[in-house]
Amino acid sequence: MGETKAGYPLPAGRLEEALKDKKPLYTRGEALTEANRCIYCVDAPCVKACPTGIDIPTFIHKIATDNVRGAARTIFEDNLLGYSCARVCPVEVLCVGDCVYNGWGREPIQIGRLQRYATETALARDPALLSRTRKPKSGRRVALVGAGPASLAAAGHLALDGHHAVIFERKSIPGGLNALGIAPYKLQADDALDEIAFIEALGDVEIRTGTSVVAGEPKAGEVGVGSLLADYDAVFLGLGLGADNFLGVPGEDGPGVYGATALIERIKVDPSLSLAGLSRVAIVGGGNTAIDVARELALLGVPDVFMVYRKGAAAMPGYAHEMDGARREGVRLVEHRQPTEVVRDGERVVGLRVARTNGEGDEVLTCDAVVLAIGQARLTALAAAFEGVKLDERGRVLVDDDCRTGNPKVFAGGDCVNGGKEVVNAAQHGKLAARAMGRMFGRG
Amino acid sequence: MANLEIDFCGVKSPNPFWLASAPPTNTGDQVKRAFDAGWGGAVWKTLGNPIVNVSSRFGGVDYGSTKLMGLNNIELITDRPLSVNLAEMLDVKKQYPKHTLIASLMVDTRDEWHEIIQKVEDVGSDLIELNFGCPHGMCERGMGSAVGAEPEVLKTIVGWVMEKATIPVIVKLTPNIGDITEPAEAALEAGAHAVSLINTIKSIVGVDLDRMVPLPSVGNASSNGGYCGPAVKPIALHLLGQVAKVFPRPISGIGGISNWRDAAEFIALGSTSVQVCTAVMHYGYRIVEDMIEGLSDFLDDRGMSSVHELIGKATPQYQEWGELDLNHHVVASIDPDKCIGCQLCFVACMDGSHQCIHIPGMDDEAKRRAGHTVLPTSIPDRVVKTSAGAPGARVPWVHEDECVGCNLCQLVCPVEGCITMVEQRKGPEVETWNDRVARGDDLPPGGLDATLRARGKL
Ligand SMILES: Cc1cc2nc3c(=O)[nH]c(=O)nc-3n(C[C@H](O)[C@H](O)[C@H](O)COP(=O)(O)OP(=O)(O)OC[C@H]3O[C@@H](n4cnc5c(N)ncnc54)[C@H](O)[C@@H]3O)c2cc1C
Ligand SMILES: Cc1cc2nc3c(=O)[nH]c(=O)nc-3n(C[C@H](O)[C@H](O)[C@H](O)COP(=O)(O)O)c2cc1C
Ligand code: SF4
Ligand code: SF4
Ligand code: SF4
Repeated sequence: MGETKAGYPLPAGRLEEALKDKKPLYTRGEALTEANRCIYCVDAPCVKACPTGIDIPTFIHKIATDNVRGAARTIFEDNLLGYSCARVCPVEVLCVGDCVYNGWGREPIQIGRLQRYATETALARDPALLSRTRKPKSGRRVALVGAGPASLAAAGHLALDGHHAVIFERKSIPGGLNALGIAPYKLQADDALDEIAFIEALGDVEIRTGTSVVAGEPKAGEVGVGSLLADYDAVFLGLGLGADNFLGVPGEDGPGVYGATALIERIKVDPSLSLAGLSRVAIVGGGNTAIDVARELALLGVPDVFMVYRKGAAAMPGYAHEMDGARREGVRLVEHRQPTEVVRDGERVVGLRVARTNGEGDEVLTCDAVVLAIGQARLTALAAAFEGVKLDERGRVLVDDDCRTGNPKVFAGGDCVNGGKEVVNAAQHGKLAARAMGRMFGRG
Repeated sequence: MANLEIDFCGVKSPNPFWLASAPPTNTGDQVKRAFDAGWGGAVWKTLGNPIVNVSSRFGGVDYGSTKLMGLNNIELITDRPLSVNLAEMLDVKKQYPKHTLIASLMVDTRDEWHEIIQKVEDVGSDLIELNFGCPHGMCERGMGSAVGAEPEVLKTIVGWVMEKATIPVIVKLTPNIGDITEPAEAALEAGAHAVSLINTIKSIVGVDLDRMVPLPSVGNASSNGGYCGPAVKPIALHLLGQVAKVFPRPISGIGGISNWRDAAEFIALGSTSVQVCTAVMHYGYRIVEDMIEGLSDFLDDRGMSSVHELIGKATPQYQEWGELDLNHHVVASIDPDKCIGCQLCFVACMDGSHQCIHIPGMDDEAKRRAGHTVLPTSIPDRVVKTSAGAPGARVPWVHEDECVGCNLCQLVCPVEGCITMVEQRKGPEVETWNDRVARGDDLPPGGLDATLRARGKL
């Protein structure tokens, strides 16, 4: 996507670099062939299945007429993260899953790949495609907490509308899970950072990395809730989710046991991580994070990777198409087992004790590492520190249709609101909040 | 952002995209929806004395999995009362004063022409288009293409129109004629301000072999209809190119235009505005968004600030065959990194051109059996590299000394950018056939004795 900016250098030698893109950029010929297959439906079901409501038939028609920049404009109008969404969206259960071709028993249109072709090709040719259309400065300032997809989408829309967006990110690398969590064969961290450079270039977008927003008295490198409310015209909370949950079983603390998102983050950006010597790894969980980390380890050469899930395959929350992919890469699934202990020989992990969930006793599964993918904590205590902001019983921030919280100046979106969905849902929330703020500021 | 506004015979139109006179401009409601979608003008469905239509009316030609490459119709002019059409035109013009409203007319006698011109001027039409092109039904009644194909008749009728009209007049030409420049010149001589072309081409789209009835059928019979849609674009471009050379006033280009690129091509060959029918009948008014955006981006890319800078840019480069450079030569070049090894180029060249593409792994005997007459000393064993490709040394090789540069292999190759035509001039100087004729050097060896005798060379 365009040229890489210098802002957030990534170290070389990251493990993720070894993983090949599973859906590479279409050539023009491939894109034209696929685009011409699209029927250009009216009131198209694929559009309804896109959480951001991209006008898919129109953008595909524009690819077919070789109006690639027009196609990109159509995409960005509804989804400023259209580039990364094209690469990371689980299209099988979204737009592609609802393409009319499915009902006809034919291969559905590869909407994600066409969307990548349009956005990537158009921006390479014309990086200022959108920034040219930016409105004059409004003088309004918005603080956004967290530099994940939700905040980035909101910031981009705000910037195009002429407002000043200041993003506070506690980590040194911005992008949230889009940079640090997505499976590398879909999107690598450098491409996620390129997209951030694109968002920054849309207008007045400032990203302050290494800066945490805190509920209490701020220390160095921190900013307090109170000062955000005082210094900005609006606040957006794109906090995402917190640290990986642990099982609370004996032997869990110590080397050789990893939280899934923490391990994925290291695969993506920490060149000091080595998987050498690992021959059997147990992954606990049945969701998409569990499948992702299993596939990544298998593709990176760990000889035996198996998932341990407490119910049967049919009950797994992870997508069936992802599990099929994992199986093809050699990942095994051990069903109906509940871990009860990490077995160690001294420091070293040697196995995972599991109980059969049908009550027929327990066994030790030999392994030299355990990865826990059983959900993430909520970070929303911070949200509650903003006056008027309410949480639901599961710790999610409560918002209205405009992504506005109980405090009229405070908006929220993404995983901290929906409890953990996809990048595209975060992008939609960011857009809705930015539009509502625009109306509040007397624009749009 | 380039200015898309055009000036057509003094009438300003917000953009060059007009709807052609056809079902998409049947009613006021439709035209309003079209203007809302972005169309700059609309040529109302041809007015005249109301007629009756048959059912069915349309036939389509699909090519492979592509629907409606061509469309054929046996529909006549409007079947709605004149007063209803006029009231709706008045209403449209009131609501959309900046959009271009063109009245398409087809009547018979001088009095009828005068009466209908008065009426369409009274409702605020910006331009009049004379439908001398409808190739079915109406021509049997001495109207439509019966007029368009007879330059003298055309001149008389345009004369009647010019007596009355106070707004600019466009003559819509039929392609169903030997030399399109004749009616174009007749229109010019009679004082027409503009021409538009093409109307539909006489056609029969198919035959129902079970019932032995041509298509589209009306019960147990059919009639020839008018052909249009993407399939006719090359024919329309040629006729436009011809007319642009003899008609120095504005031209409205029509025929198979479906997207911004088609429109840009028509404009480059001499159109000021373009008209669209089939593409809208297939996909709806919405296609205009891409046309506007694509043309605007294209003009920006070329550093052109208005559509008018593009008009006729390609016209001078459309020349007669005798003016082409005989020393210009290209040869095919296959990119072994892109080739998927389908060997369509090989069979096309073997059976359809000059037997100069070779596939690896054949000995001289096998080459001769395959049909090669000139054998290269060796050819490279190149392996297909694309992951989708068939295994083994299957990348064809072009014997450049034998390649005539016809393009056929490039045209059949399914992979974009795999075969390119590389220039290898035969000589630095430009030499045309006309130069040879002028020098008396226009008899390549191998012809008839009678010709040589006549030229005094035998
Ligand atoms: C392993 C994994 C794989 C995934 N794969 C996909 C996929 O393939 N496709 C897909 O569409 N989705 C995927 N997702 C989901 C997707 O990544 C998230 O839905 C999306 O990133 C949510 O965006 P967000 O902006 O709400 O939160 P996040 O991306 O989590 O970003 C939140 C940011 O806020 C920062 N932050 C939090 N608190 C503070 C604070 N107090 N002060 C300053 N900064 C703070 C965090 O450091 C973080 O950078 C995946 C998720 C995981 C865990
Ligand atoms: C169903 C149908 C009806 C048409 N009726 C008229 C008409 O009433 N008057 C006219 O001038 N042209 C008529 N045309 C011709 C179109 O205006 C146009 O010249 C032709 O279709 C070529 O353009 P296209 O390839 O974009 O369809 C008709 C075409 C079709 C398909
Ligand atoms: S449903 Fe499928 S065929 Fe129809 S517009 Fe969407 S992608 Fe194209
Ligand atoms: S397109 Fe409409 S008018 Fe024509 S046959 Fe179908 S339903 Fe009838
Ligand atoms: S047609 Fe193209 S892809 Fe097929 S063999 Fe020839 S060069 Fe290769």
